[in-house]
Amino acid sequence: MMDVPWNDFYPLLWEGLKVTVEVAVLSALAALVLSLVIGLCRVSKFKTVRIISQICTEVFRGLPLLVLLFWVYFALPFLGVEFDKVTSAVVAIGLNYGAFGSEIVRSAILAVPNGQSEAARALNFSPLQRMIYIILPQAALRMLPPFGNLMIELIKGTSLIYFITLSDLTYQALILRNNFLSMTPYIFLLLLLIYFVLSSFVSVTVRLLERKLAAGRL
Amino acid sequence: MNATELEKAAGQEAPARTRKRQADTGVQPIVRYEHVSKSFGDLEVLHDINLDIAPGEKVAMIGPSGSGKTTLGRMLMTLEEPSGGMITVDGEPLWHMKSKGRLVKANEAHLHRMRGNIGMVFQHFNLFPHMSVLRNVTIGPRKVLGISAEEAHERAVTMLGKVGLGDKLDVYPSMLSGGQKQRVAIARALVMNPKIMVFDEVTSALDPELVGEVLEVIKEIAREGEMAMMLITHEMDFARDVADRVIFGAEGHIVEQGPPEQIFENPQSERLQSFLSRFRLS
Amino acid sequence: MWNWEYAWSILPDLIAALKTTFWATFGGFIFAAIGGLILAMLGRSPIWIVRAVNRLIIEFIRNTPLLVQLFFLYFYILPTMFPTAPTALVSGIIGLGIHYSTYMSEVYRSGIDAVPKGQWEAAKALNFSRTKTWSTIILPQALPPTLPVMGNYLIVIFKETPLLSAITLVEVLTTAKNAISISYRPFEAYTLVGVLFLIISYVFSVLVRMMEIRLNREQSASSGTDSSSKPQSGGKGRLDKEVKQQA
Repeated sequence: MMDVPWNDFYPLLWEGLKVTVEVAVLSALAALVLSLVIGLCRVSKFKTVRIISQICTEVFRGLPLLVLLFWVYFALPFLGVEFDKVTSAVVAIGLNYGAFGSEIVRSAILAVPNGQSEAARALNFSPLQRMIYIILPQAALRMLPPFGNLMIELIKGTSLIYFITLSDLTYQALILRNNFLSMTPYIFLLLLLIYFVLSSFVSVTVRLLERKLAAGRL
Repeated sequence: MNATELEKAAGQEAPARTRKRQADTGVQPIVRYEHVSKSFGDLEVLHDINLDIAPGEKVAMIGPSGSGKTTLGRMLMTLEEPSGGMITVDGEPLWHMKSKGRLVKANEAHLHRMRGNIGMVFQHFNLFPHMSVLRNVTIGPRKVLGISAEEAHERAVTMLGKVGLGDKLDVYPSMLSGGQKQRVAIARALVMNPKIMVFDEVTSALDPELVGEVLEVIKEIAREGEMAMMLITHEMDFARDVADRVIFGAEGHIVEQGPPEQIFENPQSERLQSFLSRFRLS
Repeated sequence: MWNWEYAWSILPDLIAALKTTFWATFGGFIFAAIGGLILAMLGRSPIWIVRAVNRLIIEFIRNTPLLVQLFFLYFYILPTMFPTAPTALVSGIIGLGIHYSTYMSEVYRSGIDAVPKGQWEAAKALNFSRTKTWSTIILPQALPPTLPVMGNYLIVIFKETPLLSAITLVEVLTTAKNAISISYRPFEAYTLVGVLFLIISYVFSVLVRMMEIRLNREQSASSGTDSSSKPQSGGKGRLDKEVKQQA
């Protein structure tokens, strides 16, 4: 234990952490926007919109993230669409988790009692106003806990960008392991611990947000 | 402005009974149902309904559950589309509009314009749980009528005072009793200044001891306003006190209608007689 | 752009590699199902320290990436634990199994929580031993409603198997990679892999949905005659939510 060269670990892991956080934040934003857009399409009054958005959900949810990532990064250039590594990662992770998120948005919207929508209509709100002022704020509270879980899954999912040689935490840890083979258990434990802290940060934030949003109403 | 104030003053002085305004006085009705029917799937809940409501008239709808009275109100609030017939509000078709000289199904813009005349209070309040009492009442005027924040605030405070909740402005609905919730809901609908308001069994979800406070508020509004009211209710005493006309419906038909004295003291049809007798027993 | 001839030429290899993928899926699933049950029962232990440690382990495993856990297992833990290092397939099954046992334990937990408290008390009143209470009273009631959720995790685990390519398992994705390293044609290979995964997970999900419908029907049939099964259906609703949250 005393011989563990912790100080040699930190610089590389710090570099990796920056990449992991960058990709996580960007793909989380992409996933949230997609969740909202596809989720709203899923409750559209137009049947075609509903069906198309459902097919999108099923496809991007049914594909393993790693396969989707490889497809975006390696196969898509053959269709003339070439992304750099970070963009590929954000596109793949965003699509995959956005598909799961759209399901959260859809069920949260459907869970808002019908009477709320009727009361808003009786006050002569336009459909857009009903969604913005009445339905979404109430659905948001229901969405928060499952979105928190989704974001934790997303952070875990960013470790897959190692496969397209983006130098994230996992990638740097494996380089470290090559340099300090006898330190393997310490390196992996430290790596797991860093991910655990990242996930815990998300769950604490979500819990605080939830408390703030729910203030007064329950 | 002077005229309305005069009217208001006159309305307040005159007892409800003498203010009776019936549809046959030649005034254009505020609401007219013509041959209206409604089916849910194979089940027809309303058959060929014809009904006029005069401006300012207070109409009570009574009848056994399943008689279609709630559906009648919900169609007026545009929450339910009629399967047949025509509803007219203030001389204009509600669910239809003119396009190239033909009557076609109304679009959202038309419905939006028409809904400005109509308000509704629901059985289950349907207050917005994520907004304070005050915000529940100001959001309509702010976002739909486009009134300034200050004026909306002022109107809401006045209205909430009128329903006896001037001290609950910043409370969230979950902290209120059922009776208080329903009074907020009444204020929320009233502040939009509708020409006709639907009260859909507004006391049915309340504990018995809270019914009185809500009915008092509605009576007060009925006494002072020139707003027409459609009161769908199971409270017979209330219907007798407030209504200019009582309509008894059963199984999708209007069976009998008339002034409250006639309906309650001297019911003509056997259906109504048995309905009322059952009511008194229970 | 798309070369059918090439696509057809690699398809047999990809399909053959599915065999390994299925082994990993079902192996990991069974491991997770058993491990999850143990974790769930430990979570009900009367000793608080057992419950606390159990909770900590579950949280730690759930909140860290499967990929890193696989590396840790394959490169360090398993070779140190066993005289001969387990194969990539066995390591993969253990990795998937451990990771998803923490998810499964939550599924069991909501199933167990849905068994009415009176059942525990009745067992105590009849002087059942702890093991007897679990095996004859609690689990027979707690498990059936969890089946559809478990089925969903089978699909989730199936979709995680490409990760095992990182620990040198030759499953579908690795096979595709190998083909690409000869032909330099990733488009056909990765598209085929994607389509294979889509088709199989779709078929799985239809099966799960059918099972769910059948289970619901049985439940509503039995709740008509036996009022004690009502809390179970209440528990099912909670399970559905659980899955949505985790999905």
